[in-house]
Amino acid sequence: MSVLVVVECADGEVKKSSLEVASYGAEVAAMLGTTATAIAVGEATTANLATLGEQGISKVLYDAEPRLKDFVNNAYTKLIATATEQEQAKIIILANSNIGAAVGSRLSVRLKASLATNVVELPKTADGQFVVRRGAFSGKAFSDVVLSGDRKIIAVKKNSTEAKHEAGKTAEVTSFSAQLTDADFADAPTQVVMQDQAGGVLLPEADLVVSGGRGMKGPENWGLIEELAKALGAATACSKPVSDVDWRPHHEHVGQTGITVSPNLYIACGISGAIQHLAGVNSSKVIVVINKDPEAPFFKAADYGIVGDVFDVLPKLTAAVKALG
Amino acid sequence: MKFLVCISNVPDTTTKITFTPDNKEFNKAGVQFVINPWDEYALTRAIELKEAAGSGTVTVLNVGEADTEPNIRKALAIGADDAIRVNAAPQDAYFVAEQIAAIAKEGAYDVILMGKESIDYNGFQVHGMVGEMLGIPTVAPAMKLDLSGNTATLEREIEGGKEIVSVNTPFVASCQQPMCEPRIPNMRGIMTARTKPLKVVEPVGEPARTAVAEFALPAKKQGVKLIDAENAGELIKLLRNEAKVI
Repeated sequence: MSVLVVVECADGEVKKSSLEVASYGAEVAAMLGTTATAIAVGEATTANLATLGEQGISKVLYDAEPRLKDFVNNAYTKLIATATEQEQAKIIILANSNIGAAVGSRLSVRLKASLATNVVELPKTADGQFVVRRGAFSGKAFSDVVLSGDRKIIAVKKNSTEAKHEAGKTAEVTSFSAQLTDADFADAPTQVVMQDQAGGVLLPEADLVVSGGRGMKGPENWGLIEELAKALGAATACSKPVSDVDWRPHHEHVGQTGITVSPNLYIACGISGAIQHLAGVNSSKVIVVINKDPEAPFFKAADYGIVGDVFDVLPKLTAAVKALG
Repeated sequence: MKFLVCISNVPDTTTKITFTPDNKEFNKAGVQFVINPWDEYALTRAIELKEAAGSGTVTVLNVGEADTEPNIRKALAIGADDAIRVNAAPQDAYFVAEQIAAIAKEGAYDVILMGKESIDYNGFQVHGMVGEMLGIPTVAPAMKLDLSGNTATLEREIEGGKEIVSVNTPFVASCQQPMCEPRIPNMRGIMTARTKPLKVVEPVGEPARTAVAEFALPAKKQGVKLIDAENAGELIKLLRNEAKVI
């Protein structure tokens, strides 16, 4: 009986959202009086996996099969299912990412487990019930969900829990094989195209986000957004009307039918704050709104606001960030 | 090609979310329900692919009680050929997936499409459960879908990029932007939708595995602190020293 944590890796590093998942898993294990084992997916290094000890993981399983570098739904599902059986895990914890959702939903059927996605807090066990709080109604509410059955799968929303770092602790990295065959890779991607990040920060993993709306007046003005983002080390994003007219690519679209982000800081520039946009950002810890219209609804959802022209305000902010040193 | 498009009946995107006084249920009073916006991508793309092939059928499936029928009719008006309603409240993702899998199997559908997730439950689970129950591939979330014979080429969004995936029918895909421009019904569609078949069937399978104990609303914001535009740099100091986020 242990807790199994799925950690996603890319370019040898454990993703930040997976560090949060590892900490979450270690806390659940402590609650239940057991230990947390991780299974790594993606391109990892033994040295980096060992540092998962800092998040409280005791053991890391790693299958060095090279075809596991890219996401393959069937192969990942089988890998994690095999690890679950080997470790006799009752609770499986993943990131609420595109990989986590694809694998978690298949695993729940294969392992006869109950599943909660978009989970924002540690579980509560009261009156013999296992309850998790998850985001619902596109960030406008939470629901407390009772997970039944012997096995449970939890997908944890990014930035809803903090990754702990206990320096110096290391996890034991053990090689593991799920005996994957060619058939398990039948749905492997024929091609993987990564966005040109040009040194920028990836939006779904970002702690800080600078976002622009129609108030930016055109794609040629995005330099102002990018300069502030670069100074802060933030990712850039946009509203739906902006991606609809192709000023910015779809993967930057934040909102009800775009990406949901929950960074520490979301700076909205020239975005009025339609309810569909708020649905994508309302779990951000701090929201800053810059808009020349003092009546823009976004100000009601903001922590800090500047009523002013984005073309005047943005360069001042960028200069102020640079002055911080 | 037989398309099965699963649609969910959800509160309109502008709805103010409230709950019954005991916080056990969503307060439906005065709320307008719509086809889940993500599902509109699945529906329109299925119709486009059927039209491009010049043959095939698009069946709409909803798990819901009788009050979802106006939105099922709307899907028929947009261009689906027929519809099935599983007469049950959608208890949880697993329960809904069981219904979809049973109907997909019985009807031998080739392509099973749905939206990425519903905007009320936000589960993003049903696609994978259906695929696993049927033992067929799932591609989620799919941003692009093309068919050539029995082979589909899809673009799957991953964090920071995309994968090009090729699968044979039958398969499941959960759809999202920018797959297509969702259609709205025209007058002719609305007229013909009235007479298109809508079959009602009873639910099957095991009970739900999860249950909502209670809903809660997020804590209210303290109110916005305004900074003078002339002195915009002050904001950065506040973000560092007061909010401590940079």
